[in-house]
Amino acid sequence: MAEQLLESMLQAPPTGGPAWLAHARERARDALLRDGLPLRDEAWKYTSLRALAQRRFATNDPAGAYAAVDPQAFAMPGLEGARLVLVDGVFRADLSRLPTEAGVEVRSLGDALASVDGLLRGAFEDEPDDPGLAFVRLNTVLARDGLVLRVAAGARVDLPVHLVAFATGGAARAWHARILVELGDGATLTLVEHHAGAADDAQLGNLVCRHRLGSGARLDVLQVQDAPESSIRIRRSAFALAADAQLNLRTLELGAALARHDIAVELGGECARFASRGVFVGRGRQHQDTHLGVRHAARDTACDLVWRGVAGDRARGVLHGAITVEAGADGTDASLDTKNLLLSSQAEIDAQPVLEILADEVKAAHGATVGQLDAQALFYLRSRGIPEAHARALLTLAFCRIAIDSLTNVALREHVDRMLLRHLPAEIA
Amino acid sequence: MNMLTIENLHVRVAGKEILKGLSLEAKAGEVHAIMGPNGAGKSTLGNVLAGREGYEVTQGTVTFDGQDLLALEPEARAAAGVFLAFQYPVEIPGVNNTYFLRTALNAQRKARGEPELDSMQFLKLVREKLAVLHLKDELLHRAVNEGFSGGEKKRNEIFQLALLEPKLAILDETDSGLDIDALKMVADGVNAMRAPDRAFLVITHYQRLLDYIVPDFVHVLADGRIVESGDRSLARRLEEQGYAWLAERRAGAA
Repeated sequence: MAEQLLESMLQAPPTGGPAWLAHARERARDALLRDGLPLRDEAWKYTSLRALAQRRFATNDPAGAYAAVDPQAFAMPGLEGARLVLVDGVFRADLSRLPTEAGVEVRSLGDALASVDGLLRGAFEDEPDDPGLAFVRLNTVLARDGLVLRVAAGARVDLPVHLVAFATGGAARAWHARILVELGDGATLTLVEHHAGAADDAQLGNLVCRHRLGSGARLDVLQVQDAPESSIRIRRSAFALAADAQLNLRTLELGAALARHDIAVELGGECARFASRGVFVGRGRQHQDTHLGVRHAARDTACDLVWRGVAGDRARGVLHGAITVEAGADGTDASLDTKNLLLSSQAEIDAQPVLEILADEVKAAHGATVGQLDAQALFYLRSRGIPEAHARALLTLAFCRIAIDSLTNVALREHVDRMLLRHLPAEIA
Repeated sequence: MNMLTIENLHVRVAGKEILKGLSLEAKAGEVHAIMGPNGAGKSTLGNVLAGREGYEVTQGTVTFDGQDLLALEPEARAAAGVFLAFQYPVEIPGVNNTYFLRTALNAQRKARGEPELDSMQFLKLVREKLAVLHLKDELLHRAVNEGFSGGEKKRNEIFQLALLEPKLAILDETDSGLDIDALKMVADGVNAMRAPDRAFLVITHYQRLLDYIVPDFVHVLADGRIVESGDRSLARRLEEQGYAWLAERRAGAA
């Protein structure tokens, strides 16, 4: 049976650009036509693509991406630095504010693709050849635009960069964009990656973000996925860390009808460190699937993953946390802690920690629980006069706050806190 | 008029009868100590008055300020003026202690039809209460009870008591696990809160706390009932002769 999704999307692939790009696109297209969508792949065990595979998505009219958009739709307090905006996957200079710090370079991917560039070429040619990554393959074939953000060695970008991926409303269309971030040795950058859309956004957004951190570089990323609950968001965030590099990732998965987010982190240099704090909050019939994949490929690397999940109504949440310690990556310190809260009998959460350890002298720990609100805490709050519904909301919010409580930007933290509150399931809102 | 009237209260917990016909009366301004051996039902009494789930009242009534206390949800009991200082205060990571206290106080005020306090008014009240109790504000900036020592948790309970100003304060083994300095501090706090319009039920296993919080009445709770009531000398006698003395006396009387 032909997959309508692939057929509709592959109807009018982009042409032109350098020969290497055309070649990379062709290879990805061939792989897609050979393997199709991952309907039986283990990596999609809890997220069936069968229904989606039979839907058709119109190719996005590039002119549509230039529609008038009110920047208020993605305003966030506490962010006074640069703002880089993609609308339907297309970079919008008119809505953006470029960074002014020395050593920072920003280009739209569309412009950059016309030139010969090692980073770009690698970013299209080295994607893993994995049938489970069908949407990355689609992205390789179809991404026309996106961003390239480079921070030179030793440069510090003090103000957080607000990176917005906004989608317009209307009929079921699809967009594919790619963001490439490169930090030179010792560079420092803070990103706030913000996914939003118009109220009637029913688009399938397919975003691939690749980050490369040089030796001793430090990257802080706050990812807030707040897309409308009528939309589909499929994202891959990949990070490659050189020696002594440090990545602090905070992730909130709040919106979308169907959200799939793969976070792939390669700790390739000695003493590279990765900390992840994350939360997903589902309600209605939302389906949110997060796949964490951390690979320790060098000595004395560390990862510390703490995730919380909440599902109410008939929502479905998935957290797959895979940590691989390669042979020779001695001195690795890895931990994964996931706790999940079910607010209704029809909600479902699947938490799946997977450790694969091929090295000696490794410290690795994991824990996963799925449960309900603590009855003791609930009674404690009520016994002080706080009504039950309010007490439930307070406890649920507190449970989720682990993703953001270490944010030092108070205005931003309070804003994100309100976003969390807004997304709490009906059982407690 | 009595503030609290408990009549023939029978309570089951997990299918087992714990309180078996308990009766007790308390008036505003009075301090009642409830003493008794382990397993007598002391904590059950505190929990059933505060409205904890899992405590099934099979018989009897509890009247508080003229209303049927048992018909109220826990939050409505709090707003009506009942406060339970927990034996084991609950840690709530992610909820700031100050925010919690303000939310609780304003929820009670709202339920009583009183205006809510804004953050300035609330902080002023907090400072007043801290001064009365000789407490520092360090606990206020942390999450509710999270990582608090045993003494800090109990002090936080007493601080909540001071801030919420209940009509009836029930202290459930507030002395358990405290060293003598912490015990004195807690007792000083309670004594500062004694008032003509407030009653206390002080539940304790040991007489020691009653050296610092001097009760008007002492009741002995054994096997689900008040078996003996008297003045503070009863507490001394229990301390000297142990609960076994009571059992013998009851056996003799039967």
